[in-house]
Amino acid sequence: MGTPFNTNLPPHLQALKQEIEGYAREFGLDFFETIFEVIDAENLNEVAAYGGFPTRYPHWSFGMAYEELKKGYDYGLSKIYEMVINNDPCYAYLMRSNHTVDQKLVMAHVYGHCDFFKNNAFFAQTNRKMMDEMANHGIRIRRYEEKNGEEEVEAFVDRCMSIDDLIDIHSTAIKRRDEVSRYDFDAEKEDEIKATRFKSKDYMDDYINPRDAIKAEEEDRKKLKEVATRTFPEHPEKDILLFLIEYAPLKPWQRDILSIVRDEAYYFAPQAQTKILNEGWASFWHSTIMTQKVLKPSEVVDYADHHSGTMATHGPRLNPYKLGIELLRDIEHRWNTGKFGKEYEECDDLEKRRNWDKKLGLGRQKIFEVRRVHNDITFIDTFLTPEFCGEHKMFSYAFQEQGEQYVIESREFEKIKQRLLFSLTNFGKPWIYVIDGNYRNRGELLLKHQHNGVDLKMNHAADTLANVQYIWSRPVHLQTVVDGKPTMLSFDGSEHTTRNIGEGDDSKRNGPTKGR
Amino acid sequence: MGQKIERDHQRFRKIVRGKVKSNLSKYISRGEMIGKKGKDLVSIPLPQIDIPQFRYGSKGSGGVGQGDGEPGTPLGPPQGEGESGAGDQPGGHILEVELTLEELAAILGEELALPRIEPRGKKNIISRKDKYTTIRQTGPESLRHFKRTFKRALRRQIASQTYDPNLPIVLPIRADKQYRSWKEVPQPQSVAVIIYMMDVSGSMTDEQKEIVRIEAFWIDTWIKAHYQGIETVYIIHDAAAQEVDEHTFYHTRESGGTKISTAYELADKVIDARYPPDQWNIYCFHFSDGDNWGDDIPHCVEILTERLLAKVNLFGYGQVESPYGSGEFYEYIHELLSERENVIASRIPDREAILGSIKEFLGTGR
Repeated sequence: MGTPFNTNLPPHLQALKQEIEGYAREFGLDFFETIFEVIDAENLNEVAAYGGFPTRYPHWSFGMAYEELKKGYDYGLSKIYEMVINNDPCYAYLMRSNHTVDQKLVMAHVYGHCDFFKNNAFFAQTNRKMMDEMANHGIRIRRYEEKNGEEEVEAFVDRCMSIDDLIDIHSTAIKRRDEVSRYDFDAEKEDEIKATRFKSKDYMDDYINPRDAIKAEEEDRKKLKEVATRTFPEHPEKDILLFLIEYAPLKPWQRDILSIVRDEAYYFAPQAQTKILNEGWASFWHSTIMTQKVLKPSEVVDYADHHSGTMATHGPRLNPYKLGIELLRDIEHRWNTGKFGKEYEECDDLEKRRNWDKKLGLGRQKIFEVRRVHNDITFIDTFLTPEFCGEHKMFSYAFQEQGEQYVIESREFEKIKQRLLFSLTNFGKPWIYVIDGNYRNRGELLLKHQHNGVDLKMNHAADTLANVQYIWSRPVHLQTVVDGKPTMLSFDGSEHTTRNIGEGDDSKRNGPTKGR
Repeated sequence: MGQKIERDHQRFRKIVRGKVKSNLSKYISRGEMIGKKGKDLVSIPLPQIDIPQFRYGSKGSGGVGQGDGEPGTPLGPPQGEGESGAGDQPGGHILEVELTLEELAAILGEELALPRIEPRGKKNIISRKDKYTTIRQTGPESLRHFKRTFKRALRRQIASQTYDPNLPIVLPIRADKQYRSWKEVPQPQSVAVIIYMMDVSGSMTDEQKEIVRIEAFWIDTWIKAHYQGIETVYIIHDAAAQEVDEHTFYHTRESGGTKISTAYELADKVIDARYPPDQWNIYCFHFSDGDNWGDDIPHCVEILTERLLAKVNLFGYGQVESPYGSGEFYEYIHELLSERENVIASRIPDREAILGSIKEFLGTGR
């Protein structure tokens, strides 16, 4: 790392580390080698502002994050206790001024995260040498700044950041299409155009495979093929960043910066995808390790104070730590007692259900499985129960137009679950696809917002579209729905236009749901 | 490494600087902060630059929360970007910080690079003030320190093994109780009076008065941060002047002509009667659209130079722009600037100009 400040672990923390690491292994946690660095609050704020990577590329937005963290810390509103980087080895930061009991808690919590990083399926594709990769990114972008000027590079990074969420998070697991190769010239394959010929003896061939029919079929296929190749991309493309990297007329340094921003977006995506489960898992383990192994009687009160502070819900806001740990505990309990499966589900004797206990003891095993295969969406979808929602006083809320405010909408399980899943799906962001890279046969770019009930924030959409246009260089269009009417937002480089488009037009332009 | 974030932070500040001012002035302009003045609490947002992204608007949006309340219970307006989410990410970028007026004044001072006011000498009275900074074993129940008391009780119960985790009841006994206590600290006290004068003649519209109100709020905030005792005097005038209360000051509308000298005359009288200059720091601010009765101007200047200016720390003249006023009075005050160092004249054509004007008024450190 080569950081100038002293990050060495003092002996007493070194001893604690060994102790807690031992307990973590005893409980079956499995993690990368973990390196703790001890730093001051100010440096911790700095590292946190860079998303945990002190060597990250320069950008004012990190300065902005820093100011927020610093002010929060200075005014005593917020404090970062723990910070851990998904990397092999894992890096974790401890604040020098923390109490010993806090350091213990943080270490136990960190081992939970490290185990999660290593074992959760959604982290499987992340770069485990990201610490080095980020440093490389930093060096490259700094070099471009020296060469092309700070202002220009920064302005381009701004634009990239504006669209850095237009990625396809599932593409790491599903191969949707072949990589585009610039040297792939044998595009047409003869076989596909040739008509199907039935097997026949020589003298029968003209009768079984009549020439005219074959010819007609080949013509048809050719036409179909032409129609197919006319659409570009062939299927709606969700990884808009990749599409731009491949097809936008960018300078090499711009293309590289866009790739850097995309790489980092994919690296960070699983952390957003598993926030509830990941924090819940880490909290589950800090609480288990602390209360069962590490805590001294004199530390109990401070630990309880800190733990409850972390688990507290602020106003109506859901606390992912709280939701995660409670849901995991609920699962452990349910699988310990056998409160799952057909027999339990079909039991409608409330008293019996409450005291249901088959003494299966499968709880621990089950939560280890959950941490391996689930992300927040599947976690909530599979394990949220009406009982849980009731016990934790969960409710759904909705925006009320008259009052311009949010009001509690319902306490029904289905509604809560639906709202919760919606807010997690695609990170709670709109679904945008590239539909056509040669729109109107003029090299214009057509994007489509797959509307699912909530309109886009219009001023943001217009500004973002302008950034896409800058990268694409030809006019860009975004097809969306505003107040129930299909609408096309366009930006041609100098002027924004918004126009209603007829339903007919809409159905002709295939949405991403219908493949071609 | 410290340098690295320093660079990004400086960069951010630089980009924002224009924005900081406009952001702050936007908030000043909204005037909503004054509403909270009574509680001595004002919240200001952090400067933030929002990188645009495709995201959902508020309409039709919603989310999941936790807590009490029947369906239909309002949860308040959308915060920041109307981001709902499962609370997994910090919502928008706005972090509302509750600030005391002192902190607000400090921020104002920092943003505008205002010098601290140096109270004029010898008016300082030493008084004693209680500060609650210590803890004692005895005291009235109203001063009991809850957290410390219960922490001690819990610690005692754990130590004496009377704590049952399954029935976590903590009962403080006499020996556990801790009380807040105070120390007397001597405090030099300097007092100040702010005299606001405003032209309420027909040519001043509500918009102009709102500007005056906002500007006066910030001047109050700043000056209050430097004195322990502040009194405020409000004087309105058209062709005649009268002393009024704050509400009347901002809500009176007269239709008469304008004679500024009447207000100066009254201010001078008020000072002589109630605020002897050897005991008080005196600040006078006069807001007008600058339209005065022609013959009156020499009289105004005379009162100012011969009587008023010798008594006050600062005389500020703020000229708002009304659709009717000629604004010629500004020039006369402006001429005084070179002769007398405690006079400031400033133009406030619109809300955007408020911040600049505050800086002009308070930038002298008087």
